Amino acid sequence: MSFAWAKQYEPKSAFTQWLDEKLPFPRLVYNAIGAGYPVPRNLNYMWNFGVLAGFCLMIQIVTGVVLAMHYAANAQVAFGTVEHIMRNVNYGWMMRYAHANGASFFFIVIYMHIFRGLFYSSYKAPREMIWLLGVVIFLLMMATAFMGYVLPWGQMSFWGAQVITGLFSAIPLVGEPLQVWLLGGFAPDNAALNRFFSLHFLMPFVIAGVVILHIWALHIPGSSNPTGVEVKQESDTVPFHPYYTSKDGFGLGVFLILFTAMVFFLPNALGHPDNYIEANPLSTPAHIVPEWYFWPFYAILRAFTGDLSIPFTGIVLIPAKLLGVIGMFGSILLWFILPWLDKSPVRSGHYRPLFRKFFWFGLIPTMIALFICGGAPAEEPYVIISQIATAYYFLHFLVVLPIIGQIEVPKPLPFSITEGVLGKDKAAEAPRKGTVDSGDAGNLPDGSLQPAE
Amino acid sequence: MAINTADTSALSTDDGVRRRDWIHIAALSTAGVGGATLLFPLVSQMAPSADVLAASSTDVDLSAIQAGQSIKTTFRKQPLFVKRLTPQEIAAAKADDATDMRDPATLASRTKEGHEDILITMGVCTHLGCVPLGAAEGENKGEFGGYFCPCHGSHYDVAGRIRKGPAPLNLMVPEYTFTSDTVVRVG
Amino acid sequence: MSIRLGGIIAGLAITLVVVFWSLAPGAYNFAFGPPAEKQPSYAFYEHGEGPANGFSFDGAFGKWDYAQLQRGYQVYKEVCSGCHSLKFVAFRNLQELGYSEAEIDAEAASWTVPGIDPATGETTTRSGSPTDYFPMPFPNAIAAAAANNNAIPPDLSLMTKARHDGSNYVYSLLTGYGEADPELAAKVGFETPDGLYFNKHFPNVNIAMAPPLVVDDQVTYADGTSATVPQMSTDVAAFLTWTAEPSLVQRKQTGWFVIGFLLFATVLAFLSYKQIWAGLKQKKG
Repeated sequence: MSFAWAKQYEPKSAFTQWLDEKLPFPRLVYNAIGAGYPVPRNLNYMWNFGVLAGFCLMIQIVTGVVLAMHYAANAQVAFGTVEHIMRNVNYGWMMRYAHANGASFFFIVIYMHIFRGLFYSSYKAPREMIWLLGVVIFLLMMATAFMGYVLPWGQMSFWGAQVITGLFSAIPLVGEPLQVWLLGGFAPDNAALNRFFSLHFLMPFVIAGVVILHIWALHIPGSSNPTGVEVKQESDTVPFHPYYTSKDGFGLGVFLILFTAMVFFLPNALGHPDNYIEANPLSTPAHIVPEWYFWPFYAILRAFTGDLSIPFTGIVLIPAKLLGVIGMFGSILLWFILPWLDKSPVRSGHYRPLFRKFFWFGLIPTMIALFICGGAPAEEPYVIISQIATAYYFLHFLVVLPIIGQIEVPKPLPFSITEGVLGKDKAAEAPRKGTVDSGDAGNLPDGSLQPAE
Repeated sequence: MAINTADTSALSTDDGVRRRDWIHIAALSTAGVGGATLLFPLVSQMAPSADVLAASSTDVDLSAIQAGQSIKTTFRKQPLFVKRLTPQEIAAAKADDATDMRDPATLASRTKEGHEDILITMGVCTHLGCVPLGAAEGENKGEFGGYFCPCHGSHYDVAGRIRKGPAPLNLMVPEYTFTSDTVVRVG
Repeated sequence: MSIRLGGIIAGLAITLVVVFWSLAPGAYNFAFGPPAEKQPSYAFYEHGEGPANGFSFDGAFGKWDYAQLQRGYQVYKEVCSGCHSLKFVAFRNLQELGYSEAEIDAEAASWTVPGIDPATGETTTRSGSPTDYFPMPFPNAIAAAAANNNAIPPDLSLMTKARHDGSNYVYSLLTGYGEADPELAAKVGFETPDGLYFNKHFPNVNIAMAPPLVVDDQVTYADGTSATVPQMSTDVAAFLTWTAEPSLVQRKQTGWFVIGFLLFATVLAFLSYKQIWAGLKQKKG
């Protein structure tokens, strides 16, 4: 790790010594999630969700591999094989419910993780790369979840595949052929089902790869923390193991209690009854909605109801359908430039009074409104609410954040993490650099940050 | 590092385990038990599922089988040989009952009383599971006039007993009952 | 800096687009236009209530009432099975309802399932065996539609999971037939057409299925339970809950065990966590 005081791995037995020379895997683990990784001592429970997300990915891969042993990706039999899993396979119902609810819990955890990143500005320098990789993981997750939802070949699966690939048909010129290419036909059928299964199986491993990059990037500057002040001295950190392994163990327990409560008592509460009806290409369900975790983005998609045209001429510049698609993808893609939009030198929302107001009274209600509207039928008042919320969503990231960064007067920051936790420490008293900690590694006291290897 | 161990070292036992460590040990063992329990459904799901296990039976109509003829049918997704022996074959099989065989068995023990001419065996070579020849007309019946497995050269006699080659056991006789004089229910 | 400036411009532009091309016409109409016509509501049916005493399998401690499931099976067999299939359920599964193996053999044999003549290879019928699945009442969808006034009777295996609040929905649908409620009929805007039947709990209000359970004692229960229409409806709803999810009760029981274990493990993990951090806090002095 990058801090000078990080503990060094010392192989104890002759075997581990030999292994350390040939393949220093234990050393890698030791430095990544063991005692060799110094972590700020003041992390709160919001920092549990990274490890939980990794755990969710493992749940999904394990249960998914099991389900793939019994599932057949053929439109004739796919629905039946899912029922075969539910009825005949030993513990098949448990595996399937764990996988289906596991997807929902994965998104709950990821949304908490993103929420943490947004409130504590974890995306700011020097952690931009961690954030960017995180957005990539999120996009991959959305694609994986969508394709997974198609596999049971119920009504929602079928019409979800139809509608979501239909989004691509909005792209000018290549749109229609692109949709046909994606589906391998003119409507979802065997070709689409098979490729979705193939990709749904592949993607989690791609995600796991990007997760490794995400963690690698994290270990360059080290973890952020609730004060947003960079680590300066040894007393600011504790070794990841046993301090955060024990805390993550407890967090995992709480997570598993909530997760199993859903799996065993309300396994279908987050699903849609229509997906227990076999796909019928001749009849669309009355009220099609995506899975709940897509609702905010679905609301943005549907918020654009009018064409962008030159007034009074009737010349359509961008049709509503394309506007919606641009809006939906744009709402996530703009996270890629977030580190350069919010340039306030203070990271933590705790020390940013103006940011906090807009965060709690602007962004969060907006997301809740988008969530509700995305799950509601496309009728008033939901359409108008989703339009207002969509407008604010973009305003918040593209306008409000950059302006706040310019005009806000942040609250005084503690000198160090240790001071933030324990109060002022005489020994650590050092000349203040001012109330704002820029996080600039070059100006830090000795011994705080060593260049990464 | 940050832990002040000065006050706890007094509690150390000889083997270096501090008394208050019991909680960590308990927590880790509980997690271990949970993880191990999780293996059970993960392993169990690969075992035959309920529809495969559900006892299935096959009815075979014997009336159409002439003496010396065999038919191939399936029982639990595996080939099943049903053969009506000729009197000469019965005599030959009985004559061999006393010879030294790898898996000694008499013809009587491999057929039902009163139906000595009906031999029902699985069509699965006991060596490595190929289907032996000899059930259909014109196939190689091996040196003993019964069945011959072409994969590794196992020879079975008319009663399906292993006589030569690598197979360790006789062709398996499944459970069956005569539901009438001409119908057999296998399984 | 340029990204932020670009961001501000893009943000304002997107907001402008949304506001002027989506919001503004709506706001204009709202302010100056004629009062908007009330959106037609599609939810004109009444949400159904379940049986008065609920089901035995309701709640986290719910259990099957095997006598009820057997009665429900009888209702399915004697009433529903004429039109509705149960294709994901095999006769062997009935063992879970408390029938013995011999009873299952007999029950399976009382059904006629499609088979193949071993001599000619032509399709024929034979009596069922425990490993057979419940037969389809119609050879294919076209035949089903032709025989039922163009409405295909859906498969019932998953019916209670394929509808919101399914067990109660099945009960309320079976007991929801009656004279057309004039108020509801007015909302729908058309009379119940010939060949359809008014049912206040069906999403369209007019359902193609003729009232299946019409008179008391339509089936004769072996256990002497009085076969009123609500009783038969409750029983068959319970049976269809079982067909939709045979593992329901096992699932809940496993759940209690798993959660109990996890609570124990989590308390230990919490104590362990606190113990480890306690050493750190000592330094706080």
